Parts: sequence; structure tokens; C-alpha cells
Amino acid sequence: MLDWWLPENVSTYGQEIDWLFHLIYYITGATFVLVFVTMLAFIVMYRDRPGRRARYTHGNTPLEIAWTIVPALILVILTFLSVPAWSKIKMHVPPTDFDVNVTAKQFNWQVGYPGSDKVFLDEMHVPVNKVVRVHLRSQDVIHSFFVPQFRMKQDAVPGREIVQWFEVMKPGKYEWPCAELCGFGHSGMRGWIYVHTPEEYAQWAAENLEGKGKK
Amino acid sequence: MSVTSASAHAHVEHAGHHELGFIRTYVFSTDHKMIARQFLFLGLLMMILGGLLALVVRWELAWPETPVPGLGRILTETGGILEPSQYNMAFTMHATIMIFFVIMPILAGAFGNFCIPLMIGARDMAFPFLNMLSFWVAALAGVLMLAGFFVPGGHAAAGWTSYAPLSAVPEYTGVNWGQNLWCISLFVLGISSMMGAINYITTIINMRAPGMKLFRMPLVVWSLFITAILLLLALPVLTSGVAMLLFDRTLGTSWFKPSGGGEPLLWQHLFWYFGHPEVYILILPAMGIASEILPVFCRKPIFGYHAMAFSMIAIAFLSWVVYGHHMFVSGMNPALGMAFTVTTMIIAVPSAIKTFNWLGTLWGARIQFTVPMLNALAFVSMFVIGGLSGIFMASTPVDIYIQDTYFIVAHIHYVVFGGSIFGAFAAIYYWFPKMFGRMTNTVLGHLHFWPTFVFFNLTFFPMHIIGVGGQMRRIYNPMQYEFLQHQQHWNVFITVSALLLGLGQIPFVINFFWSLFAGKKAPLNPWNANTLEWTASSPPPHLNWGPTLPTVYRGPYEYSSPESRDDWLPQTAPPVTAAGARRH
Repeated sequence: MLDWWLPENVSTYGQEIDWLFHLIYYITGATFVLVFVTMLAFIVMYRDRPGRRARYTHGNTPLEIAWTIVPALILVILTFLSVPAWSKIKMHVPPTDFDVNVTAKQFNWQVGYPGSDKVFLDEMHVPVNKVVRVHLRSQDVIHSFFVPQFRMKQDAVPGREIVQWFEVMKPGKYEWPCAELCGFGHSGMRGWIYVHTPEEYAQWAAENLEGKGKK
Repeated sequence: MSVTSASAHAHVEHAGHHELGFIRTYVFSTDHKMIARQFLFLGLLMMILGGLLALVVRWELAWPETPVPGLGRILTETGGILEPSQYNMAFTMHATIMIFFVIMPILAGAFGNFCIPLMIGARDMAFPFLNMLSFWVAALAGVLMLAGFFVPGGHAAAGWTSYAPLSAVPEYTGVNWGQNLWCISLFVLGISSMMGAINYITTIINMRAPGMKLFRMPLVVWSLFITAILLLLALPVLTSGVAMLLFDRTLGTSWFKPSGGGEPLLWQHLFWYFGHPEVYILILPAMGIASEILPVFCRKPIFGYHAMAFSMIAIAFLSWVVYGHHMFVSGMNPALGMAFTVTTMIIAVPSAIKTFNWLGTLWGARIQFTVPMLNALAFVSMFVIGGLSGIFMASTPVDIYIQDTYFIVAHIHYVVFGGSIFGAFAAIYYWFPKMFGRMTNTVLGHLHFWPTFVFFNLTFFPMHIIGVGGQMRRIYNPMQYEFLQHQQHWNVFITVSALLLGLGQIPFVINFFWSLFAGKKAPLNPWNANTLEWTASSPPPHLNWGPTLPTVYRGPYEYSSPESRDDWLPQTAPPVTAAGARRH
């Protein structure tokens, strides 16, 4: 229903992010409608009219308890639903034999593959349906690895190596912008991630990784 | 407290004999009301600059790389076309000015100064000289911040969050003294805020009028009290942080530079440890203002006074342990991110409690739609949207996607514009009669409120949509990205709305200045409100009340009480029966 909103998702864990997004969307949407209908109704019903005195009340303890506990419960449930996806995406990299090194600099992504000396500027090639482990570094300022269609984002911090992963379910060419302000060239710092079928990827690797990168 | 009143009595006599000169009355004044006006003018003047910078940013996003009307005179080399570095400067300074030089001076500075002594029944702040110093130090910080626009290399351009090492090494941005002045200005401003905070806390603890128990204090005073505590504890962290940043830039230290063994994330920890309480520093006074104005124009007591006060206290405590939600994808240990999700979800609860209590206040009310009330209702409804959109970010997996997109921009503007600025407008319209002794014009007030409310929503609501579509914040030209091109029409729509929102402020400027000089003389208590400030004359004289200070007999929100034939019962009205005195 909201697919016109979010760009098409192509990664495995992106589905879980989208599911949570929609869940929160419906919960907050329902709360929004509830609060606004109530507020508008009160504004109309209790507008100033002659001859009526306002209700003299200082509150209602059962109501206070109810509207403390109900939101708290909903929020606790949302927390418990968020934890597994977070743990899966950021805390546990699935086993894989496919590694890519990404070093960000003002204002490019530099991509390298183990066993090859070649550096690719602003383009990454990976096979479909394969867990890709990214070793993310930066050589100057903080950048942010963002692939909207993978629902993936991770800052690249100079002085650190951060290991991330993704697995794409659909071959294609995906835009790869930098999402953290990194200087005057921040806007326009973007690359492309080419997701190939295994055969296409093998061919690309054979041609471009000097014959070594083929896995 | 009776001692205070006796010594103040002697003070009043003294003041009567000794007229203060122009300089002592209008410039270096120690009178909290004059300092409040000074902070208000500082904030409103800076708001013009901050607003114009926002329009420049919006123009660039809607019609990238085209000349910005009016900028041709300043940017002569490009004929008014903004360069990327200038664009970065524009949004950095828009946020810096709006947060530090508009919202803080108006809400905490102006209304903190104006409301606290008048509403607790004190003659002035505890330390009037420190109070004066607080304003002039803030003004100095403002001058230093403005000076940054005129130095070679331009002003700070690393975002209002100034993430290191982008901000720590001049070569990375090409900005040299601009960023240095940014650091120095915020350092100086931090000192000003600390002086103000100490004053507010001391005054509220020690100088309440007889009978003004803590739980008889108006909620706006509660909110300012809590804000002052947050200011006192949060600002030193920023102040230290900007000093360290300045040392990295100028003295060759390496707090935040990995090349010298520093840690970029340390800056983020320091910044957000300040930054999240800061968000509540910006919104708590507005919550207090809404809680103050709603009962007056509902003609009924605030719903759940104690729940309101305690939820603000809860927010203040929790605000220290949620800051990590700004750093979910920063490289911080993801296990820590999980802990911050829990606290962030929890802090939504006191906000929900407040919202439901505001709705409870409307229930069974007799609502008078005055201009301050309309702005207060706008605050409540816009704060609800800002609060609900915050839940998306609290969920760590969802935050991975929406972090650094326009969804965040939409959220922060619903909170600080929809929240704080509507709160500020409500406060200005509500206390203008007491502050300046004249009423504002109602027709102009409506002409200001309705366009502001409508165009605010048309400007900021669509930002949720383009944010979910993936548009990153702080980009110069969305058309550089293929996946954003299909939603460019929204950027145009937002910019047109923002321009109209800007035009919608003209009636406010006219109203403010026209009323200042030619408005109808304000009566003592134009809104029939209960709180103490309305017992002082409009505007209140130096030391606020005549020889005797008011005595307080009840809570601040006794509207439509059965004890009174009128629908209001001032805090100072003596109880009719002894039973009535114990009632609240």
C-alpha cells in the first residue's frame, strides 16, 4: 500500500526493515487519527458558548494510569520487535567467502577486492543471492555508505574498519550515495552497485580482477 | 520568605527616590523584564536571518544551481548562484542560528526571565547583575557568530552538528576562521546559558512569594526550572567539546583527529550528550507555555497538574540516557544501540502523558479561540506529529534507513518549529500585554496564525514523503541522483510553501511593532488569568509590585471553581472559608 513511498527493496534484511516501518506507520497513523479526531471533536463541542460553565476537574487517576501503561506497553512491544532485526543486520555477519573493501574519501568510494590490486572508483560489482561482507574504512572524514534499495546505511569512520554485510535478491544497478555530510563535494558523491547473476559476475571478475578475483 | 519581602520593601522606597538613567534602564539593565525584552529582540532579529537562510537552502533544493533572487548583489562572481560550499554554509548557519540564537534566547532567555520572577512573586532574579551579564555575553556570542559571515573562507559549513574530523581540519572544508568563530561563539554562549541557568534555579528555589509552594507553581515555571537544570548540566559538555574542537583546529591537539590518535566518535558522544538534553531545552519551555495557556482559554484547571510536572521531571532524567539514538549507524557498538532503543522508546511515554493531559484539559472546556490559544493548540497538534514520527527513529532497524534523510528533517522541524516556535508565538501573544503594556491586534494575529499553520504543514509534511523516498539531508542538488529525480516536484512544492510561510510572518512583524507603539493600552489582567504576573501593573514597574508582595493561597489553575462566582480565582484571592484554603 505504501510501496509508492519507499523505493523498491531488493535486500534480504530490507524486508524486515520495511515490515517494521509499516507496523510503526500503522500504529502511529492510528494514534494520529485518534488524537486528532478527539482534539477536533473537543474543539467543536467545547467551544465557548454563552451560559455554559467549564467542567471543574483536576484530573482522573485511573485515566492517567491507563494512558501511561498503554503507550508504554506498545513501545515495549515495538522494542522487542526491533531487537531481532537490529541484531541480525548489525551484530552478526552471516558466514561468507565474499569480501569487498570499501575506502571512502572526499568524494569517492574506492572499491577493492581481496587478491586484486585494482581499485574501482564509485562502482562495486557483486553477485546476486550471496552474502557480501563489506570492510568499510575512510581515509579522511566521516562518510556514510547508503544504498536506499538495500535499506543499508553505515558511517565510514576514519581510523576504524567497520564490517557490514548485505545480500541482494535481484540483479540490477543500484545507486550508492554518501549520506553523511563530507564537505563541499558531498552532494554528488555517489557510486553504483552492480548486482550480477553468478555467471555474469564470474565473467566480470575474470575480465577485471586480473583473473585472481574469481571465486 | 517574609524576610525577602521586608528587605524588598526598603528596596522599593529606595528605587522611588533614585531614577535610573537611560543606559541603566534600557542597555545595561539589571531588571529581569528589560533583560527579557532584550533577549526577545535578539531572538526575533536573528529569526529573520535564520529564516532567510532557510529560504536560500529551499531555493537551491527546488531549482538547483539557478540564481537565488536577491543574492546576486552578494554573490557577484556567480550572479547569485550558490556554490556547494556556500550551500553547506547556509544550512549550517540556518540551524545554528535558529537553535542557539532564536529558540534558546526567546524561550529560555526572554520568557525564562520574564515569567520566573513575576509568576513566583519575586521582585527580580536572585542575581540581577549576573542576569545582565548573561544577556550581554549572549549578545557578544551573537556578534562573534555573525562575524563569521565576513571572514575569508566563509562561515562554518560542517553542519550544525559539526562532525569531526570534517570540522576539525580546515583543509577538509576550506573553512578556516568561520569554523573557529563558530566554536568561540558557542563557547561564549555556553557561559551565558550557565549564568542564566544558575540564576533561574536559585530564584525558583529561594525567592517564591509566601504561599507559593513548589506544587502551586505554574507549569511554565516548572518547565523553566527543569530547563535551567538541563542547561546547567548539558551546556558545559558542549562548551568543553567546542573548546577541544578549537584546539584541534588551532593548537594541533588531536582529540577528534585519527591522524594524531584521536577519535572522531568522541565528538559525537560529547555533542549528543549535550544535544539530546538540548532538544528538551528547546521544547520543555514550549510545553510549559502550552500548559499555561490552555487552562486560561479553556476556563478550566489543567488536567493532571501533578502528572504534567512529574512527566517533565521524567523527561529531564531520561534525556541523559537517550542521546545514543543519534548514533545508531555511526559505528558505535551496536549492542549500545540496542540499549538506547529501550530508553528512547521509554522517553516517548511522558510525552504521551502530556499530550493526553492536554486533551483532557480540552474535555468539557469552554474554549476561547484567542490568538495565543490558537498558537497553543497548534503547538499541541504539531508536537503530536513530531512525537509520533520520532517513534520511527527509535526503532533501530527502521532508523538505519531513515537516518540522515529528509524524514529526520521533517521530524526535527515538527518538534522545533511546530513545537518550540508555535510555543514562542503563543507566549508572545499571551504575555505581550504584560511585557509591553499594550494589546496586540487580533485581526493581524489571525492573519499571522492561519498562513503560518497552513504553510508550516505544507512545507514540512511532504518532507516525510521525500525522506521515505530516500532523499538525504544536506545535499546540494537532488537532481544529481537518479533515484530522487521522480520526486523533485515535491521539492518545488515545499519551497513554494516555505516562501509563503516566510511571507506569512509579515503580519507578525507589523503587529509586533504597531502594537508596541500604538496598540490598545492593556488592562491589568486582559485574559482573566489566575497567575501572579497579572496582579502587577502592565507593564510591571521596577521590582514588580508595590510595597507588599502577593501572597499565594492556591494552585494556578482554579478556573470555573465552585468557590467563585466568576470563572476564575486568582492565586492571590484569600479563601472565603478555612476549608477552601486547604482544598488545593
